[in-house]
Amino acid sequence: MKPVSRQEFRREMMPTLLAAPFLILAAAIAPPLFPVVLLWLIAWTLNVAMTSLNLPFARVLTPIIFGATLLLIWELSCRIFAIPSVILPPPSQIGISVLQNAAILWTDFVQTILKGALTGWLMGAVAAVMTAIAIDRSPFLQRGLLPIGNFVAALPIVGIAPILVMWFGFDWQSKAAVVVVMVFFPILVNMVAGLAATDQMQRDQMATWAAPYWQSLWKLRMPAAMPFLFNGLKITSTLALIGAIVAEFFGSPTKGMGFRISTAVGRLDLPLVWAEILVAAIAGTLFYGIVALLEKKVTFWHPSQRNKRA
Amino acid sequence: MQGAEHPAQPVIQAQGVSLTFQTADGPIHALKDVDLTINQGDFVSFIGPSGCGKTTFLRTIAALENATGGRISVNGQSPDQARRSRAYGYVFQAPGLYPWRSIAGNISLPLEIMGFDKADRRQRIERVLELVDLAGFGGKYPWQLSGGMQQRASIARALAFDADILLMDEPFGALDEIVRDKLNEALLDLWRKTGKTIGFVTHSIPEAVYLSTRIVVMSPRPGRITKIIESPLPRNRPLDIRDSAEFIALAHEVREGLREGHGDD
Amino acid sequence: MTDLARAPSDKTSWRTGHADRVLPVLVVLLVIVGIWYLAAIGMNAEWVRDQAARADEDLTSGEFLRRTLILDRPVLPAPHQVASGLWDGIFGQKITSKRSLIYHGWITLSATLAGFAIGSLAGVVLAVGIVHNRAMDQSVMPWAVASQTVPILAIAPMVIVVFASAGITGLLPKAIIAAWLSFFPVLVGMVKGLRTPDAMQLDLMRSWNASDRQVFWRLRLPSSLPFLFASLKVAVAAALVGTIVGELPAGASAGLGARLLSGSYYGQTIQIWAALLAAATLAAILVALIGMIQKATLEHMGLAR
Repeated sequence: MKPVSRQEFRREMMPTLLAAPFLILAAAIAPPLFPVVLLWLIAWTLNVAMTSLNLPFARVLTPIIFGATLLLIWELSCRIFAIPSVILPPPSQIGISVLQNAAILWTDFVQTILKGALTGWLMGAVAAVMTAIAIDRSPFLQRGLLPIGNFVAALPIVGIAPILVMWFGFDWQSKAAVVVVMVFFPILVNMVAGLAATDQMQRDQMATWAAPYWQSLWKLRMPAAMPFLFNGLKITSTLALIGAIVAEFFGSPTKGMGFRISTAVGRLDLPLVWAEILVAAIAGTLFYGIVALLEKKVTFWHPSQRNKRA
Repeated sequence: MQGAEHPAQPVIQAQGVSLTFQTADGPIHALKDVDLTINQGDFVSFIGPSGCGKTTFLRTIAALENATGGRISVNGQSPDQARRSRAYGYVFQAPGLYPWRSIAGNISLPLEIMGFDKADRRQRIERVLELVDLAGFGGKYPWQLSGGMQQRASIARALAFDADILLMDEPFGALDEIVRDKLNEALLDLWRKTGKTIGFVTHSIPEAVYLSTRIVVMSPRPGRITKIIESPLPRNRPLDIRDSAEFIALAHEVREGLREGHGDD
Repeated sequence: MTDLARAPSDKTSWRTGHADRVLPVLVVLLVIVGIWYLAAIGMNAEWVRDQAARADEDLTSGEFLRRTLILDRPVLPAPHQVASGLWDGIFGQKITSKRSLIYHGWITLSATLAGFAIGSLAGVVLAVGIVHNRAMDQSVMPWAVASQTVPILAIAPMVIVVFASAGITGLLPKAIIAAWLSFFPVLVGMVKGLRTPDAMQLDLMRSWNASDRQVFWRLRLPSSLPFLFASLKVAVAAALVGTIVGELPAGASAGLGARLLSGSYYGQTIQIWAALLAAATLAAILVALIGMIQKATLEHMGLAR
């Protein structure tokens, strides 16, 4: 243990030491809180020690310990205070629900994520990229569309879900339509900005080679736009799931995550609701992760990706 | 060695070239009445303080700017025709290499645009990489190389399609002195080997004197040529020629020329 | 081929004034409205045709077009129908009326603002902690970043129902959703902002022997402000969306979200579109408001360009 890190440890522990008496006081007033407080103090001290001493694997272990502690506290609190599962089921019960309802969860996943969200996201992305290229040659259209696109990207677009459900029916097509509208503008705005991201010198260079428009688009501006495009794709990966799930609240066949959540809430089957949330969370993270992985492959040359490697 | 003995063939001719930008504060005369002839195999440097129009003149030759008055011909064509017939290679201040392409891929880029076939491209890349002393670095990415190597790669790219004219806009301005010396030497060597006509913008007096057969001194407001100095130095120039009396006298002459044109400051 | 990759006319771009920026937007808006009218005619045509066939009427094309644009419950209401619905909702009703968009808008706005205030404050405070405490950084940040990939918004209605079953209704549950949604963008943006000072600037502070507190107030906080405002804009939009989605469960009877839902139950398409446009306007006003505060603050600090 080097002296520097010991000092660091002391400094980083200060807030915890200041908070400890209050936590202990709270436990003294409400004795059932005692194990929760103890667990928290032990886990946090462990984390502070790991990060300030720069132990190996600290970067990986700290968030895991932190997450596990929260889960444990959740579980303990539910048991100690006998919180009814209609309000907050403990993690263990949610886990059991996942296992019991695996088939249902899979059906809902296919219906909402694969059919609704993914189809819509792909269609919206292709449409946005094509539009960006179409208006690329008209600075006038770009100047007109960009502010509007930026404006629309900030709007509560999920609101059009009831309209689109009316137009396209209850099945996944209407969900995909909602997703198309939700993802279109953020991707469009990013792609247009990306196509404009080359500097004057690079365009002059193309001019000295007398490159035709399509050559300079394909060889210079498309690759240069990729980091922007992926930024849009990453933002919208979450939006796509939201759109697909929320649209189901306005009408759906008897399957799908949104449908299941609203009916399970009605039956007060909260463990199933949480199981769906868990699936949505995992699906969202996976979706984002796959896009981020693709980004790494395509834009390996971009400084933000290069730094990560080093 | 070639070129010197042949009768001078004019390649670039400018007669009374003017270029005026209209701005909110009134017109700016970036160039006024510029007359200049550059012959086959010449190495012409443009030197002067910022705003003297040296870069603008080079860009006008390359049809990146359009002259508002006078006439320019490149290989007997208008600058825009010359650009479309790919008459020149242009090297900018920054290397401007695409980070998503390897060095070989970057050199290949203009060749792809100009429709060279694959085998030809590979052979040309090989050859120019050797010319700029970067053989074996074709597979690297630009961001894996030093600034000097990047600029050499960008020169290789300008050479790859065998244009007879090379236009260079302060290509070594951002590099440190040591790297710059090396690249100057390499450029001279390349010029002798290929017999190209080179237009070279710089703000360094020693660089201009060391490289050129002719030095064009320019001055601002309006941008114009104030003096054209013929270099008496031989075409074969080792680095230590810069310590010779001839070199120092020539540098002095250029400095005097710059001062005359700058009298109003 | 004449279409050569010439540089676009950047030379004139510095001259683009106000008019040059507004004109394209207006033209594009006009085009959108035009397309909207065409779509409204196209989508409502079938209904009008059926009606006419049932009544055995022979419509002139002028009359036919007119009817497609004045339906009571059109598939797609024409822009002027939505506008008049919006006008009626805002100015045509008493503010306390259940049919007033001001009334519903206020319900939504109050929950949005309450949640936004709580969420962004919490985000800023936690960001300050994270920047100064490594354990906190490494414990919380991975989860905060990962949480942005989770469709939290989708479970908002559930949160409302759960709270309702515990007897809590009204503003609070919606505000919690809004707070939760605005919390993460602010946290992530603020951490990024507080970390923008580079090593050289921090070393300079060190060379002056500045205390942690001085570094924070004089370097980190000012340089984080552009990031803070950017994420506040995202956060306020997210808070509004969260509140509206929170109003969707059948129980809610007030707010723009409830208005959307009741419109969709009864096929009142004009009502849906009016509520949607009201929500859009609200979002635009909130974002613009933050933009103005940002401009004033940054100009005051000399950070604006």
